[in-house]
Amino acid sequence: MTTTDAVPVLRDAALDERPAVRVRGLVRRYGRRAVVDGLDLDVRPGEVFALLGPNGAGKTTTVEMLAGLRPRDGGSVEVLGEDPASGDRRWRGRVGVVGQTTGTGNALTVRETLDHYGRYHARPLPTGELLAEVGLAEAAAQRVDKLSGGQRRRLEVAIGVQGRPELLFLDEPTTGMDPVARRQFWSLVEGLRDRGTTVVLTTHYLDEAAHLADRVGVITAGRLVDVAPPAELGAHLRRAATVRWTEAGVTREVVTETPARTLRDLLAAAGAGEVPGLTVTRPGLEDVYLRLVAAPEEDR
Amino acid sequence: MTAPSTIAVRTARPAPPSAGAIGLARIGLELRLYVRDPAQIAFSFAYPVVMLVIFGSVFGDEQVLPGVGLLQYFLPGIAATGVMLTSFQAVGTAVAEERDRGDLARLQTLGTPALAYGIGKAGQVVVTTVAQLAVLLAVAALAYDIALPTDGPRWLTFAWVVALGSVAGTVLGLAVATFIGSARSAGAGIPAFAVVLQFLSGVFFADSDLPTWMDRVAALFPLKWMVQGMRSVFLPDSAAAIEQAGSWEHGTTAVVLVAWVIIGAVVCARTFRWRRAA
Repeated sequence: MTTTDAVPVLRDAALDERPAVRVRGLVRRYGRRAVVDGLDLDVRPGEVFALLGPNGAGKTTTVEMLAGLRPRDGGSVEVLGEDPASGDRRWRGRVGVVGQTTGTGNALTVRETLDHYGRYHARPLPTGELLAEVGLAEAAAQRVDKLSGGQRRRLEVAIGVQGRPELLFLDEPTTGMDPVARRQFWSLVEGLRDRGTTVVLTTHYLDEAAHLADRVGVITAGRLVDVAPPAELGAHLRRAATVRWTEAGVTREVVTETPARTLRDLLAAAGAGEVPGLTVTRPGLEDVYLRLVAAPEEDR
Repeated sequence: MTAPSTIAVRTARPAPPSAGAIGLARIGLELRLYVRDPAQIAFSFAYPVVMLVIFGSVFGDEQVLPGVGLLQYFLPGIAATGVMLTSFQAVGTAVAEERDRGDLARLQTLGTPALAYGIGKAGQVVVTTVAQLAVLLAVAALAYDIALPTDGPRWLTFAWVVALGSVAGTVLGLAVATFIGSARSAGAGIPAFAVVLQFLSGVFFADSDLPTWMDRVAALFPLKWMVQGMRSVFLPDSAAAIEQAGSWEHGTTAVVLVAWVIIGAVVCARTFRWRRAA
C-alpha cells in the first residue's frame, strides 16, 4: 500500500480531535427519580468547561460518574478515550478529582499530607512547588484541622493536581470561600489551563462560570439545556429586548425581537413630544440563566 | 529493542506505584495518625495496662491455684483483650470515621488499591499490638513480679495466637465498619460490643466459673480462644485442669481463629466500600 506513510499522521490528527470528555444519554437514578436524565456533553481538550446549575441539578452526580466514582444507569461515557466505569489505575492517574466531600487525615500537617499523597503517583509534582502554586507555603507546618475553609479547599486542589493530571474535575471548588480566596482560586485554575490541563468544574456561581469558563453548560433537572461561551449563553433568549415606557401614568412593556421597529412606531405616535420612561433592555447573563433553569421545557 | 516499543515507553506515563509501595507508605501514615489520636491511645493502646493496674490493686496475694496468683491468672485475658482492642476496635472505629469524613472517598479518587489500604491498617495493627503487649508484659513482670515464660514453645504459641488474633481482628474490624454505618454508631457500638464480649469470654472470671451457656456463646467468637491460648502461655500446665474443656485445645483455637480470618477477609473483599451508601 502506498498510503502507509500517511497512517500515523492521520491517527495523530484523530487523537487531537478526540474530545476529552464525550457523554451521550447519561442516566443515573436514585430509586425511581432520575437525577441525571439523558445528559449529552462534549468537553474539548485544553478548555475550561463549567457545569452551571442550581443545587440538586445533578452536577455532582454527573462529575462523579465521569470520574469513575459512581456507576451509571444508562448512556455512554468516554473520558480521555476510556470508559470511566472500567478505567484502570493508569487511566485514573491521568484524571484529577477535587470533590466536595473528600477529607484528609486531620492530624497531619499540610506538608505531611502532600508528601504522603505524592507517593500514590509515578511522577508527583514536588511538594514545595505545589505549596507555592496553591498559596499554602506559609501554612505548610499547620495541622489540616487548623486550616480555614479556603485553605482546606486549596489543599484539596493541591492533592488533585499532584499527579499532573491531563483532566481535572473540580466539584463546586469555591463554595464557602470568601471573595479574596475565590479570586486567588480563579487565578490558580487559569494557571492550570495555561499549562494545557483540561478543567471541568461545577458551580452555582454565575460570575465564576463567566470569569473562568471557555464554555458553559447549563444543567437543570439532570439535563443540559444550553452549551455556549458565557457571552453567548441563551442566544435565543438574548435576542428578545424589552421596550418599556409610560403611557397615561401606566407602565407599558413590549418584549420583541425587533425593538427598532417598536421604537419607530412609538416615536411616530409621539410626534414631536417625549416618550416618558422609555427604556430598551436586553437580558443579562443572570436573566438568561434564571430563565434557562426556571422553565427548561418552554425555553429550550 | 524495536523502534515502536521505544516510542511507546517514551510517550506513555510511567505505571503508578504498586499496591505494596502505597501500602508501605500507608503504614507510616496510619501509625502517625494513631499516635496523634488521644482516643485511640487511651482506649485501645493504654487500656490493658490500666486494666492490669486496677486488677493489681484489687487482688492482693489471692491464689486461684497453688502457685498461681489471681493477677497472673487474669494477665492472659488482659493480653488477649489488648490484641482485640488494637485490632478489631481500633480498626472498626477508625474505618467508620475515615469513611464518614471522606478520607476513603479521597483514596478512591486517587485510585488507591483497596489492598494498599488493608496493608496500611494491618501494618498499623501489628506495630501497635507488639508495642502494647511489650509494655503490658514489662509492667506485669517488673511491677507485679509475674513470672513470664522462659521456654520457646510457649512464646511460639504466644506468637501465633497474637498473629492470628490480630489479623482476624483487623479484617473483622474492617467488615464491621462497613455494616455499622456512621462513625457515631461505630464509636458507641464497637467498644460496647467489645466489653460484653470480654465478660462472655472469661476475661474477668475464672473459666470454670462461667455458666456453660456463656462459654458456648463465647466459643463462637475469637476472643474466648485468644484468652484460652494466652492462658496456655502464661499459666502452668496444671492450670489446664480448670478449663471447662480440661485442656488448652490448641487445635480448636487455631481452627476457630483461622476460620474468622477467612470469613472476615471474604466479607471485606465482597462488601468494602469507599463511600457510605447513598
